[in-house]
Amino acid sequence: MAEAKKDILVVSSSPHLRREENIPKIMHNVIVALVPAMAASLYFFGLRAILLILTSVLSCLATEYVFQKARGKEITLADGSAIITGILLALTLPPSFPLWATAIGGISAMALGKHIFGGLGYNIFNPALVGRAFLQAAFPVTITTWTPPLTMASVDTVTTATPLALMKFEGKITPYLDLFFGNISGSLGETSALAILIGGLYLRYKGIINWRQPLSYLLSILLFGGLFWLISPSRYPDPLFHILAGGAMLGAFFMVTDYVTTPVTPLGQWIFGIGGGFLVIIIRLFGGLPEGVMYSILLMNAITPLLNRYTRPKVFGELE
Amino acid sequence: MAAKELPLSKDFFKGFWKENPVTVQLLGLCPTLAVTNTAINGFAMGMATTFVVVSASTLVSIIKRLVPRQVRIATYIVIIASFVTMADLFLAAQFPAISKALGPYVPLIVVNCLILGRSEAYASKHPVHRAFLDALGMGLGFTWVLVLLGIIREVLGFGSIFSLKMFGDWFTPWIVMILPPGAFFTLGIIVGVINYITGKEGSETTCH
Repeated sequence: MAEAKKDILVVSSSPHLRREENIPKIMHNVIVALVPAMAASLYFFGLRAILLILTSVLSCLATEYVFQKARGKEITLADGSAIITGILLALTLPPSFPLWATAIGGISAMALGKHIFGGLGYNIFNPALVGRAFLQAAFPVTITTWTPPLTMASVDTVTTATPLALMKFEGKITPYLDLFFGNISGSLGETSALAILIGGLYLRYKGIINWRQPLSYLLSILLFGGLFWLISPSRYPDPLFHILAGGAMLGAFFMVTDYVTTPVTPLGQWIFGIGGGFLVIIIRLFGGLPEGVMYSILLMNAITPLLNRYTRPKVFGELE
Repeated sequence: MAAKELPLSKDFFKGFWKENPVTVQLLGLCPTLAVTNTAINGFAMGMATTFVVVSASTLVSIIKRLVPRQVRIATYIVIIASFVTMADLFLAAQFPAISKALGPYVPLIVVNCLILGRSEAYASKHPVHRAFLDALGMGLGFTWVLVLLGIIREVLGFGSIFSLKMFGDWFTPWIVMILPPGAFFTLGIIVGVINYITGKEGSETTCH
C-alpha cells in the first residue's frame, strides 16, 4: 500500500529536476572525445605514442591511488578523471620524450596539481598542465626536442623544429593543410587540428562542454593574432596559423573547458577565454618560448576564483 | 615558570624535532629556500646561523637584566648584527668560494626571525646555560633541515651529493630542483611528511 503511494506522489526537497549525468559519465565521454586525437598520434608517431599515453595514464592512476589510500579517502580511480589527466599530459609531450620522465610528469601532475589541493574539484590549476609545466622546468631541453612524424618524407632527419619554432626563429610558415591534418612535428596530440575538432564537436553534441569557452579562446587568438598581423604582415604570422599551430586547439577544447579550473559564470568564461587568447599571442610573439598555450591557461586558472567572485550574477531582486 | 622544571636535555633537543625552527615554526624561510640548492651551501648557512644564534642568545641572556624593556629589540639586533658581521668576515676569509655562493644571504642572517625569536622569547627570560642549550638545539635543528633540503635538491638537480657525482651519464638533471620552485616543492613535501608523521604519533604540534 505504502509503496503504491510512493509512485503516485514523491515528496522530496529540491532540486526536483535531475539529469542523468554524473562524474564518471562525463569523464568517460571526454575520454571518447580524446580517441580521435590519440588515433592521430598513433598514425603520425607510431607505437611510441601508445607507450607514452600508457605510461602517463598508469603513473596518474598510481599516484591517485597512493594519495587517496594515504588520506583514507574513497578510491575513485574508476571515475576516469585521472585517466583524462594522463591522456592530456601525454598528448602535450613530444613523441621522443623518455618514458621515465613521462612517469615523473604523471606523478607531479596528480600530486602537485590535484591531490595537494584536496583532489578532484579542489584543484586550482589544470593537473595535466601542472605536470607539463613541471617537466618543462625540470627538463627544458628534452621537452623541446621534436621528432618528425612518420609520414614526413625525410627519413634521415632525427630532430626537427615545430611550425611555431620555425615561424619564431626562422620566419618559415608551414602550409595550412599540413597543420590541419597534423602532418607536422609537435606534441603527440596537438598536431592534428582535425582530430581535436572531431573530439570537441562530439563533446559539444553531448552537451558536456558549452560553445562559449573554446570559441572565446579561439576568437581571442584570431583577434589579437590578426591585430598584429595587420600591423606588420611580414613580421607576424596570420591569425589562422596561430589557431592551427601548436596546442591552441587542444587547449581550447580540452583544457579551457575543464569544469574545475575555469569560471562557472558565462561572463567569467568569456573573460577567461579572451584573456587566455591574449596571453597566447603575447607569449608566442614576444616571449622567450615559441608556444604559450600552457602558460596562458595556467595563468588564467590562477585568476578563476576572482572571476567567479566578480562575475556572480545578481539574485533576482537583489539590491546593490 | 613552568619551563624551569624541564630537564636541560629537553631545552636542547626540542629544536631538533618538536619545535624545529623550519619544519614546525616555519621561521627563517628566506635562507632556507634561497641557499639550499646544494648540500654544502645548506650546511654552511646552517653552521653560520648556529654560530650567530648561540652567541646572540648567550649574550642576551647574560645582559638580560641590564637592558631596559623599551630598547630591548634594538639591543638584540645590534648584538645579532655584530655576530653576523663576524661570521660573514670569517667565511669570506676562510671559505671564499662558499661565501661567494651564499652571496647576500650571509649578511641577511641578521633578519632571520629564528635568531631574534630565540633572543626575545627564550634567552631574555632564562638563565645562561639554558639559553645556550636552547640556541644550540635550534641552530642544529635548522642545520639538519637545510642540509636535507640541500641533499635532495642537489641529488635531483645536479646528480651529486656534496659535489660527489652520484650517477652515471644516463642521469638527466632536473633543472627545476635547483631553481626557486624546487625549493618550495621540496620544503612543502618535507613539512607535509613531518606533519603526517607527528599527526600519526598523536603528539601535540602546536607552536608558539
